[in-house]
Amino acid sequence: MTIVLTIAALTLQEASRRKVLRSLGVLTAVLLALSAWGFSEISSDYGGLTSGEAKVAGSTVLNLVMFGFSLIAALGTAFLAGPTLSGEVESGVALAVMTRPIRRMQVLTGKWLGLVAFGTGFVTVAGVAQFVIVHLTVDYWPPHPVTGLALLAGQTAALLTLGVLFSTAISPMASGIVAVGLFGATWIAGVVGSVGDALGNPSVAMVGTVSRMLLPTDGLWRGAMNSFQDPALLAQIGSGVEESPFLSMQPLTGVYLLWAAIWTALVLSLAAVSFQRRDL
Amino acid sequence: MTDSPAVWASHLRKRYKNRTAVDGVSFTVGRGEVLGLLGPNGAGKTSVIKMMLGLVRPDAGEVMLLGRPHTDPGSRARVGYLPELFRYQPWLSADEVLRLHVRLAGLKIGDRDRRESLALVGLADRAKDRVGGFSKGMQQRLGLAVALVAAPELVVLDEPTSALDPLGRADVRDLLLSLKDRGVAVLLNSHLIGEVERVCDRVVILDHGRVAASGTLAELLGRRSLRLSLTDVTAEAAAILEPFTRDGDVYTVALPEDVPALVADLVKRGVRVHAVEPARMSLEDRLLEVLRENS
Ligand SMILES: Nc1ncnc2c1ncn2[C@@H]1O[C@H](COP(=O)(O)OP(=O)(O)O)[C@@H](O)[C@H]1O
Ligand SMILES: [Mg+2]
Repeated sequence: MTIVLTIAALTLQEASRRKVLRSLGVLTAVLLALSAWGFSEISSDYGGLTSGEAKVAGSTVLNLVMFGFSLIAALGTAFLAGPTLSGEVESGVALAVMTRPIRRMQVLTGKWLGLVAFGTGFVTVAGVAQFVIVHLTVDYWPPHPVTGLALLAGQTAALLTLGVLFSTAISPMASGIVAVGLFGATWIAGVVGSVGDALGNPSVAMVGTVSRMLLPTDGLWRGAMNSFQDPALLAQIGSGVEESPFLSMQPLTGVYLLWAAIWTALVLSLAAVSFQRRDL
Repeated sequence: MTDSPAVWASHLRKRYKNRTAVDGVSFTVGRGEVLGLLGPNGAGKTSVIKMMLGLVRPDAGEVMLLGRPHTDPGSRARVGYLPELFRYQPWLSADEVLRLHVRLAGLKIGDRDRRESLALVGLADRAKDRVGGFSKGMQQRLGLAVALVAAPELVVLDEPTSALDPLGRADVRDLLLSLKDRGVAVLLNSHLIGEVERVCDRVVILDHGRVAASGTLAELLGRRSLRLSLTDVTAEAAAILEPFTRDGDVYTVALPEDVPALVADLVKRGVRVHAVEPARMSLEDRLLEVLRENS
């Protein structure tokens, strides 16, 4: 366990000392500033968040911004996950480390843990900052902020686990790109699925359901959105909302959460097997 | 436990795709012994080392490190390794790299010992600097410190002087000699044959993934001889040199017990002695000979 924690701490240290952190910080600050501006515009246009329209606008924009954060978190961790494993193998940094009396599994788990901690930390800091901005500008506070942030962290963890799996087999850059590409693809598939739902076309709706099973990032993201938006508002405006990629009707089921956890564990085990067999 | 050799490797074999890199290599390194691993580029030296240390999966064969099977990570607890491709976390300082390795080795080694390790390789004043700003030679020096920091009983050095200046090479030679004095076993892969000849007890020569020759230096290089540069050699004088080989004025004989007596004898018989030097086939000549025979 000390080994796992040592490697996790090292991974956090790496994240904090690499340029990734600075780029993340800048992107986040830009997004926060833009959203603060946007919300204050909404607030002045509608004269506060009283009308239904304003609530829809507020919730949508909040989710849009949170989507931006989840994208930043996904990109950031996926591009950290690549270098941290396959980058170290390629550069040779792994050689001296792996010949210490440690197991590869411990190194992999440690890196994973460090990345999850990093992703969770980022999502929490950026998310809370965003909530504060929304609260100050349009006097809105999401109904389940903790659940929502936990689901966002889960989404980040799922994606970076996939990034870790890829990085045991392919080059660092490629693994980041493939992971982010799949993330985008499932998000689009999710949007396609909800359009199918709205049109009452079950086979199109299937696209979203299946992709949400294959890569749970989009499902977790929808759950997160659901925890950020005002439940009264959906009841108020009724159907038609499902078409929007930035509003979500249903909270997540326990079964889906369980599946997301199993999925992550499976992918991590696959990564461990793949890394174990790899010649360094 | 300490009766077991530092390394016992048996019938190691490795194929990469359709190229056989290592083909049935066996050898041992005794406790406290310095073994030189020689051979041309692509002979399979690095592959053997990587299989030993669990970095590369052998297709066949077994390895014991310090008395434990090499599949047990614990077998590497007292092993230090300088890879051929030496790179360390560029975002850490030299001292942080050492601290990391000490922690991974499961040891408690104080600040002073770490500082000493860095001083040993000439990096004492760079302890706080990021490794990313180090030159290649400095990184190789750091790699040596990493290999030595966790009280090793076996040190594996894969071309430890490839990036070092002449001073650094001399430092490495001194380091090797001090390891030998302390009874630390060393597996040394180096192209600086002169160094190998100076510090190694035994040598294994690899070629095309197989052991082409192995043995102590005396076994590999034969008995020592004496080379004399002589003129005015009479038949009578030649008789006392017998048996000898001759190349112009240079006569080579087996090293006699009493060199001054032989020289006095020759001078008494009117031979003019220009030079007398002990000789032995150099390891380099022997290596070339083995590799030529092998091809
Ligand atoms: N990762 C690898 N993939 C494919 N071939 C390799 C790999 N590593 C080594 N080889 C091949 O194995 C042979 C032995 O290489 P190596 O052990 O590095 O030799 P040496 O260290 O003696 O120069 C070479 O022919 C080399 O091309
Ligand atoms: Mg080599």
